Amino acid sequence: MADRIRAFGAFAYDFVIGDDWWVAAGVAAGLAGTYLLAHVLAVAAWWLIPVLIAGLLPVSLWRAVRKS
Amino acid sequence: MGAGALFIAVFLACVVEAVEATTIVLAAGTARDWRSAGTGVVAALVVLAAITAALGPAVSALPINALRLFVGALLLIFGLQWLRKAILRASGHKALHDEDAIYREQLAAARSQPGHKTGLVPDLLGFTLSFKGVLLEGLEVVFIALTFGGNAHQIPLAALAAISAVVLVALAGIAIRAPLARVPENTMKFVVGVMLTSFGTFWGAEGAGAHWPKSDAALLFIVPAIAAFALGLVAVLKRVPPAPAGQPAPAVAEVR
Repeated sequence: MADRIRAFGAFAYDFVIGDDWWVAAGVAAGLAGTYLLAHVLAVAAWWLIPVLIAGLLPVSLWRAVRKS
Repeated sequence: MGAGALFIAVFLACVVEAVEATTIVLAAGTARDWRSAGTGVVAALVVLAAITAALGPAVSALPINALRLFVGALLLIFGLQWLRKAILRASGHKALHDEDAIYREQLAAARSQPGHKTGLVPDLLGFTLSFKGVLLEGLEVVFIALTFGGNAHQIPLAALAAISAVVLVALAGIAIRAPLARVPENTMKFVVGVMLTSFGTFWGAEGAGAHWPKSDAALLFIVPAIAAFALGLVAVLKRVPPAPAGQPAPAVAEVR
């Protein structure tokens, strides 16, 4: 039973998080930041995710290139 | 969001997944037993239908902002992962997805295993290979169709795109009984990565409370901007030397 739970956990991690957990963590942080900007600071927040992608994607690619 | 863009995004994503599933089923059928492989496909489709029936109403019942936040986050994560792989492949830092090579490896692996007969299927391994392949690739199809369709309130159109893609690829696979190596899978993955990332950006930010300048028309800027950025990254990475000799690029048989 424990093996099956572990196997399902590994599958779910691979399915949702994928090869680089930085991407998933970055997306979660970016959406949380957007929420704070929009609801707490009440300022324009649409720009945060594009800026995040502009930083996150090159970093993730660089990590992959270094690993290979 | 235009119905055409939704249809194209879901259709292309589903073609890519269906090609990968077809390769696995062809290998299982050729190496083991066609009846068992076919039973595996049917069993996986039944499970996928049950998951869709359970998740579909749940997705539709979510409040729109929560749905957009949830869907946006998923699409962003999926999209960035697809885009990352597509950029690495296009720049030579990862082996291109080669259905012929994957088929040969799957075939060799399937042939090397002993057979186990059960009451329901003549060959348990052929059934399992086929079932797992269709279920895992199908799950992504279900997620993409449900999230795109649910968010745009066009689940029937997204389902039509997904079913069209799967039927088209399945018919082609049955007709030629060989891996669909001529499908430009790497290019399609690049396009789908751009689309998933773009819609994830738009919906995720909206779901978190942001308002896009020009509302829906912002997508007309977001999609080409992300495509141009990704192509720029390909150009930059092409200048970075690939892995040195003796450390080959990752195995070609990676299915995802």
